[in-house]
Amino acid sequence: MPETVRAYALAVGTTVRSFWHGLSITLSYLLRRPMTVQYPDRTALPVREMLPPRYRGFLEVDVSICTGCQACERACPIDCIAMVLEKDPQNPKQRLVTQFDIDEAKCMFCGLCVEPCPTGSIQHTQEFEASTRHLRNLTFRWSDPLKPWPVYKVPKDATYYPRALLGAILRPMLEARAWDAPPPEFLPPEPEGKPAPAAPAKAAPPLPAPASAAPPKPGP
Amino acid sequence: MTEALPLPKTASAARRRARRVLALTLAVGLGLPSALFGAVLVLSPLRHLAPPGLSPGSVFLFRALCLLLLAVVLVTFGAVISGMTVWWEMRVSSRMQSRVGYNRVGAAGFLQWVADAVKLILKEDLVPKDADAVLFRAAPYFVIVGFALTFVALPFGESLIAADLDVGIFYLLSVSALVVVGILVAGWSSNSKWSLFGGMRSAAQVISYEIPAGLAAMVPVLMAGTLSMQGIIRSQGAWPWQWILLTNPFALLAFLVFFVAQLAEGNRTPFDLPEAESELVAGYVSEYSAFRFAIFFLVEYGNLWVMSAVAVTLFLGGWQVPFAGPAAFEAARGVATLPGPLWWALEILSLLVFVAKTVLVMNLIIWVRWTLPRIRVDQMMSLCWKYLVPFAFAAFVGTLLWQILLARVPWVASLTGAVLTLGGAVTAYFFLRLTYRNIAAVGDRVDLSNW
Repeated sequence: MPETVRAYALAVGTTVRSFWHGLSITLSYLLRRPMTVQYPDRTALPVREMLPPRYRGFLEVDVSICTGCQACERACPIDCIAMVLEKDPQNPKQRLVTQFDIDEAKCMFCGLCVEPCPTGSIQHTQEFEASTRHLRNLTFRWSDPLKPWPVYKVPKDATYYPRALLGAILRPMLEARAWDAPPPEFLPPEPEGKPAPAAPAKAAPPLPAPASAAPPKPGP
Repeated sequence: MTEALPLPKTASAARRRARRVLALTLAVGLGLPSALFGAVLVLSPLRHLAPPGLSPGSVFLFRALCLLLLAVVLVTFGAVISGMTVWWEMRVSSRMQSRVGYNRVGAAGFLQWVADAVKLILKEDLVPKDADAVLFRAAPYFVIVGFALTFVALPFGESLIAADLDVGIFYLLSVSALVVVGILVAGWSSNSKWSLFGGMRSAAQVISYEIPAGLAAMVPVLMAGTLSMQGIIRSQGAWPWQWILLTNPFALLAFLVFFVAQLAEGNRTPFDLPEAESELVAGYVSEYSAFRFAIFFLVEYGNLWVMSAVAVTLFLGGWQVPFAGPAAFEAARGVATLPGPLWWALEILSLLVFVAKTVLVMNLIIWVRWTLPRIRVDQMMSLCWKYLVPFAFAAFVGTLLWQILLARVPWVASLTGAVLTLGGAVTAYFFLRLTYRNIAAVGDRVDLSNW
C-alpha cells in the first residue's frame, strides 16, 4: 500500500524492473535446450549404454566359468537365487548345475551375490528394460534342467577368468523374448514307474520348490 | 484389453511413418487455418455483392446465405484457433521451464489439441445433485455467445470483417462482458464454495478492469475520431512510426494499461484469480466436466485471439500493408462486380499482416503468463484502482491536449513516431543483450534442438 508519492513511484519502478528481468529470464530459457531426455525413442544412444559402469541392472551369469559354489545363493538376503547341483551320472567326479534360477522380479539389486563369486561369473549388467506381461517371465533360468552344464574347475595357474563380455549373454536373451510371451508352465510330476525320456531326467525336480531343493543356509 | 499400436519394425518403416505423421500434421496445421482464412477472405467481400440479374429477393437470400456461412466459419475459426493456441502455449511454456511438452500426438505433438477435444467430448456430462440445473446448463451458452459475438466486429483484413459497425470497439467491449455473466452464473449455480468464490472474484475483477480498459481504448478512438474498428485502422499507417502506439506518448501508456486490463479481463495469469488452482481448485469451472468444461476452456483460449486482435487494431496499425495505401486498394478494386486479382492479392497481404501481428501479441501474452506469478486479490484491486485507473485518466487527458498540440504543430506526430520507434529498437537491443547474457552467464548457448 503506497503511502507517499515516493513509495508509489517506487512500486511502479519495481514493476517495470521485474518485467524487464523476468521476461528476459523466461526468454533465455525458451532459447536453451530443454533438459528432458526423451526416453525411450529419442535418445542418442540406448539408455543402457549411457548408464554408469557400476550400475546394478539385471544379473548375468557366465555359465562357462561358474564353479557351482553356491556362494551367491547363500549371500542372497531375499532368496531370489535358487541353485541345484547333482553328480553327473556318466562321470561321478563331475558335478552338474541342473537348476540356476534368478528371480529378477524379487531381486533388490543389492549386489551381495556379486561380491562372493570367486570367478566373477555372476555380475550386474546395465540392462533394466524387460517389462513383461507375466511376472514369472522375470525368472531367468541360467540352467536348463534337461541340459545341465558342468561346473567350472579353476586351473591351478589361472591368472584371470575368461568371462564373456558383460551383457553379451543377457542381451540376446532379452532380445529374443516378447514382452507378452506366455508364462512358463510347470509340468505335472512324471507318473510313477515310467522312465523319463531324457538322460538326466532325475535332474528335473518339480520347479516351485527351490527352497526345499536348496541346502539350508549356514546359521550364524 | 486394448492392443498397443504396433511399433515400426525397421528403421525405414519408422522413417516412413514419421513422414506420414509430419504430412498429416502439416495438412491439419496449415490446411485448417488456411481453409478458414480463405473462407473469410471470400465470404466477407462476397456478402456485399449484388450478382447481376438477380431479383432483390434473391440478392437478399444470397447475402443471408453468405452471412450464415461466414458466421459458421468465424465460430469454427474461434474454436480451431483456441485449440492451436493451447498447443503453442504448452510448447512455449514447457521450453521456458526446460521441458519438452506435447510431442507425441502428431509431429511436435501438434494434434494433441484434437485428442484433448475428443477426450473432453467423450467424457460424462455431470450436473451436481444440488446445483441449480437450469442455470448450470445455461452458463456455457452465455460464455460461448459472448465469445462468438466478438467476431462480428473483429477485422481480419482491408475488407475482411463480418460487419464494420460504427460503434465497433464499443460493441466489442460490451459483448465481451457477456462472458462475465456466464462466469458468474456458473459460479453461482454450481452450489460449491470454490465455484462461488471464483465467480465472485471474476465479476469483481472484470468489472473493475473494464474501467481502465475502456478509458485506454478511448485514446485511439480520440485519435482516429471514430469508434469503427476499420476506421481506427484506416487512421493509422503501415510502418511502426505511423501506428497510434508510437505517434503519441500517451497512447504508449494507454497501450500498457489496456494490455494489463485485457489480461485481467481474460482471466490470464497473473490475473487468473477466479480459477486459482492452489486456492479454488478450478474456480467457477470446478463442477463442470465434459463438453461444458470444454466450452469454458475454448473461450478462455479463444479470447487470446480476440484480445490480441483488438490490441492490434487499436494500437498496432491493424492490417495496414506497407506501400499500399487506400488509393492502391481503390485502384485494384476496379468497377466490375467482382474485384480484380490484384485486389485479392492485396487483401491476402493485409490478412497476413494482421494475422502476423496478432500472433505476435498472442505470444507476448503467453510469455507474460509464464513469467509472472499470480497476484493476490488485494494486489489485483490496488493495481486496478490505484495504478491503472489514474494512468488511464492521465493518458486520456494527455491525448486530448496532444490532439490540440497536433492541430497547431502537425509534424510533432512524425517526430514522436521516429523517436519512439528508435527508442523501441534500442530497448529491444538492450533486452536481447540481457537475454543473451543470461544464457552465456551459466555457460549455456542458444540451442533450439530437442523438440
